Amino acid sequence: MARPDAPAARPANTAEEAVGRTIGDYATQVFGVAAAEVQKLHHDPLELFTRAVQPVLWLLLFGEVMAQVRGVSPQNLRYLDFLSAGILAQSVLFVAIFNGISAIWERDLGVLQRYLVSPAPRSALVIGKAISGCVRALSQALIVYLVALVLGVGVALNPAKIVGVIVAIALGSALFSTFSLIIACLVKTRERFMGIGQVLTMPIFFASNAIYPLSLMPPWLRAVSHLNPLTYEVDALRDLMLVGGASDYGLPLDFGVLIGTGAALTAIAAKMYARMGY
Amino acid sequence: MGVTMTDNPSPHVTVDVRDLTRRFGDLVAVDHASFTIAEGEIFGLIGPNGAGKSTLIKMLTTLLPPTSGSAIVAGYDIVQRPGEVRRHIGYVPQLLSADGSLSGYENLLLSARLYGIPGRERSQRIARALARMGLSEAAHHLVGHYSGGMIRRLEIAQSLLHRPKILFLDEPTVGLDPAARETVWDHVLDLRESFRTTMIVTSHHMDEIEQFCDRIALVDRGRTAAIGTPAALKAEAGPGATLDDVFIRLVGGKSESEAEERYGETRRARRAASEHG
Repeated sequence: MARPDAPAARPANTAEEAVGRTIGDYATQVFGVAAAEVQKLHHDPLELFTRAVQPVLWLLLFGEVMAQVRGVSPQNLRYLDFLSAGILAQSVLFVAIFNGISAIWERDLGVLQRYLVSPAPRSALVIGKAISGCVRALSQALIVYLVALVLGVGVALNPAKIVGVIVAIALGSALFSTFSLIIACLVKTRERFMGIGQVLTMPIFFASNAIYPLSLMPPWLRAVSHLNPLTYEVDALRDLMLVGGASDYGLPLDFGVLIGTGAALTAIAAKMYARMGY
Repeated sequence: MGVTMTDNPSPHVTVDVRDLTRRFGDLVAVDHASFTIAEGEIFGLIGPNGAGKSTLIKMLTTLLPPTSGSAIVAGYDIVQRPGEVRRHIGYVPQLLSADGSLSGYENLLLSARLYGIPGRERSQRIARALARMGLSEAAHHLVGHYSGGMIRRLEIAQSLLHRPKILFLDEPTVGLDPAARETVWDHVLDLRESFRTTMIVTSHHMDEIEQFCDRIALVDRGRTAAIGTPAALKAEAGPGATLDDVFIRLVGGKSESEAEERYGETRRARRAASEHG
């Protein structure tokens, strides 16, 4: 191991080589963190199925009843179609919020310190965690798609659109799991996180276009919903997931909001994550 | 690396701590600690609970920035170049650092990736580390099913993959039975023998500290109350004195005073222990 004739650091011959190696190391560090999370899911996949129960219930119970109410659904979409994109975004949101609890769990155990004493840049750790959240979210998406197909929702199966859905889910998941990590850094205990997690996820869900259109909202709530990134994720998903679905704000704005907010949150989380080790 | 080595007063000094201080509000957890550690030395930190050992180690491993003072670790300043310090140290924390929901091999793979070990060397280094720590057969079992001693050995293995110059071991034998304790120490001594790895160790077992450490710093209320070889410290305490006597003479009955502040840490440790049986 620590043989004096075999130094840990490899000498770089040129500046370009050093930069190339830094980028390569960064990618490996991100991948390492994400891969470890995926290996955990592989060892214990039950979690993926239990988490799928909630979106299925929303579509089957809430969706079937609300479909009887007139005027809820805009854009000539059936309500169940309208709802399915919203529930897809919701299941991604709820899974992403789990990221913060797992960070607190890792801090309590001591596993977090192991990440923090490694030379990996803090942003690489945060992004790795966010990507592992994406994997969880995509497995949810698969189940929502299957249920939606069974219920006769007009799901667009065009490959380009499916790729678009995957990108939208990945961005939304990364954004909300990083948000959750920031909350975890602030509250630091599981008990407090559980309380605050509920207080935050429900408003994010209800103050959005996930289960009803913004046009039904009073003006103040509509204004709040326009500031909510979930609104833009749902808007993109309606366009990409559904036959005959259309975006209200345009895909460039939707993706711009998701990328911009996600990048800002990652920068904040990288600063705060280091303080979790104190 | 040649440039930064000039920070060192002597090529044999690998840790140089100067007036290192950390405050938490009104509490001074570490108060102007100063000492040096030579390459290849096994350096023990002892002291009552809440004396500041953990805070000191957190600063030296760059987990916590100091309030004032400085320290050079493995040739790099902990405040100016924390990334380089991390690259050259290994840390086995008191709490669990191996992930119970991964296998031993997967834990090592994660460490190898975090430390930027090139892909073509990874599997060979992991296999060697597993063999060295006597874990080859259990490599693909979930760590959640490992014994306490096996977990400790795995944690040492994962903190060694990148060939650190300095290894920090915070209570490496806490909660282990005597046989497992001895195995852990055998491995630690073997590492020093093979690679001249410098070790900084905390322990509550005075017998271990006396038997294995070249020098000891006794930390009390944030200050380094005494530093020296076990023999010198005992001689100072009087004829026939044991290390326990040294401890009691310097620290007295104050070890209860900060018990309350340690509640959070105790709860965390117990939770961790119950999680992994």
